[in-house]
Amino acid sequence: MTHLVLLAQQLDQIFVIAKHWLLGFVPTAAQALVSAIISVVPILIVFPLLFAITTWLERKGLGRIQNRYGPNRVGPFGLLQPIADGIKSLTKEDIVPKTADHAVHFLAPVLLVAASFMGYAVLPIGRNMVLMNLNAGVLYFFAIGSMMELAVFMAGWSSRSKYSLLGAMRAIAQMISYEVPLVLASIVIIMQAGSLSTVSIVEQQTSYTGIWPHWFVFTPWGFAGFVLFMIAATAESNRSPFDLPEGESEIIAGYYTEYSGFKFALFFLGEYIGMFATSGMAITLFLGGWSAPFSFLTWIPSYVWFFVKLLTIISVFIWIRGTLPRLRMDQLMNLAWEFMLPMALLNLFTAALWHFMPAGLSRWLVCTALVVVPCILLSRGLKQRKKFQVRTYHYSE
Amino acid sequence: MNTIFLILAAISVVGTGAAMSLRNAVHCVLALTFGFTGIAALYLQLGAQFVGFTQIMVYVGAVAILAVFAIMMTHKPEPAKPSTFSSSWIEGSIVAAAVFSVLAWAVHSSSFSRQPSPPQPDATVQQIGVALMHHFVLPLEIMGLLLTAALIGAVVIAMDRKEELK
Amino acid sequence: MNSLQNYLLLSSLLFSIGLAGALIRRNAILVLIGIELMLNAANLNLIAFWRFGPNPAALTGIMFTIFSISVAAAEAAVGLGIILAAYRHSRTTDLDHMNSLKG
Repeated sequence: MTHLVLLAQQLDQIFVIAKHWLLGFVPTAAQALVSAIISVVPILIVFPLLFAITTWLERKGLGRIQNRYGPNRVGPFGLLQPIADGIKSLTKEDIVPKTADHAVHFLAPVLLVAASFMGYAVLPIGRNMVLMNLNAGVLYFFAIGSMMELAVFMAGWSSRSKYSLLGAMRAIAQMISYEVPLVLASIVIIMQAGSLSTVSIVEQQTSYTGIWPHWFVFTPWGFAGFVLFMIAATAESNRSPFDLPEGESEIIAGYYTEYSGFKFALFFLGEYIGMFATSGMAITLFLGGWSAPFSFLTWIPSYVWFFVKLLTIISVFIWIRGTLPRLRMDQLMNLAWEFMLPMALLNLFTAALWHFMPAGLSRWLVCTALVVVPCILLSRGLKQRKKFQVRTYHYSE
Repeated sequence: MNTIFLILAAISVVGTGAAMSLRNAVHCVLALTFGFTGIAALYLQLGAQFVGFTQIMVYVGAVAILAVFAIMMTHKPEPAKPSTFSSSWIEGSIVAAAVFSVLAWAVHSSSFSRQPSPPQPDATVQQIGVALMHHFVLPLEIMGLLLTAALIGAVVIAMDRKEELK
Repeated sequence: MNSLQNYLLLSSLLFSIGLAGALIRRNAILVLIGIELMLNAANLNLIAFWRFGPNPAALTGIMFTIFSISVAAAEAAVGLGIILAAYRHSRTTDLDHMNSLKG
């Protein structure tokens, strides 16, 4: 029996063991550099691969939701479609408008992709498998995320086109507005965990009572925080229903109207990688990181659980994209400032109350009431009361 | 560690120098962002992690975007090519050069720069939090008041006043 | 010439670059970002002294820098609001033309 436990543990740590084995071949002077390279290269390989899988999943999933097949010509079930997409984007002509600002036009997608990839440095993908265990890990993640807005502005401004500029201003306004509930929702977790380090936040969620895990999402304030974080993450990645800055039926393509070929593919890649990074942060903060959902499932390796949770969140994103209609700009901004910001502040208060009340049924009831009742009251109070009049039809005579 | 310091210092100086001398205003702000990132990397090298990431979040993520929005809103499409520098640029550069020479001479001739470097102190976020709540709680509250006042003031000043005239 | 001196020289260089920008540039917004650069140079000075000075355990340098960053952000917001209001009034951001108080 211990034989199997030992095997499970070794399978869990297989990448760490492989890295140490590889480092044994390198002289001591170069070990720090080679260790950094060995840790970074898998991230640069795995997440773009996940991006390719996600594009396939999205097109098939959206197709099925919209009662049609997705792509099914290239390979069985269209599985080789990402390869076809990649070849297409690499071989398309790179058109830059004549009056565009060439240097800034070139640097915008580069900055977006660089900022998106840098966010993975603090995500713990498995037990002992984090690139940098920073003391201020969560702050690093949000600081890097705020660099993406600059890339969006650079793209919109340098194209010298009215659609690009309008799309860029809308996108930046949306991203800045939703950054506030995003950070406030994660402050609740930081408050409870007492640390900004992602590794210690995950380690506090790895214990079990009976078979139920101690994830932060299974508390009232954690659940509210998770919902707020997911809504804000959808808005931060400019995904439907918040994709007004880039909706095709609205504004052509928003801030990347004037991009074609590989630069467009880089924007696409950067957005999806940013979406994965924010989902990864949600998994780390709320869903217990790499820990298994039930105590009898801990023999499955930790990195498998991280990717299972990540794929689940991606599927929920795709599902929401196919189901909900797009929000108008003023509805979007009202949602951020009038609904989500007060809810996030109330959530902070609820979490503080949870911390100081004695453990038991009473604190569950009080905190749940404190989260649910203002949500209902606020959403009813903010609903626009439109009186529908009797329709009159005018026919031409 | 001297080579890293030289590279980061070069990034900061080149970025900020370009920011103060380029013709296009948006290019200036983008070069300034580059310089700010260099300064944030210098903070990280000095061991102040929290301050470095706060610098990126506030300056690169907020102040730079504020500046580019303001440039966008006050941008006049292609006026008759004014010069980048104002009419009193000679006096300005002489003053700046004089300030730099005085500061550099003061730094060079002081005694604390000849002492050996102490070991790296650690400033964990927990220590910063404890200090903020115990020793520095009054500045923290004043900062909250100041930020609220600045927020309301900026909105009131920049608000469109056409509704009042009607 | 030890590390502290390097950092102090760098921060005085950045300060004088910011000062030169604030005194030389024509556009009001670029003057404002010159001032932001001067504040950044002062922050670098503070952190350098926290690292190399006596008693780093009191975290005074870090605290001062955090408050300085907050104040600078607030001042940038208000300053840009003022510039926008002045632009709305006089239709220009050129500081050479804004030289009279008569509206």
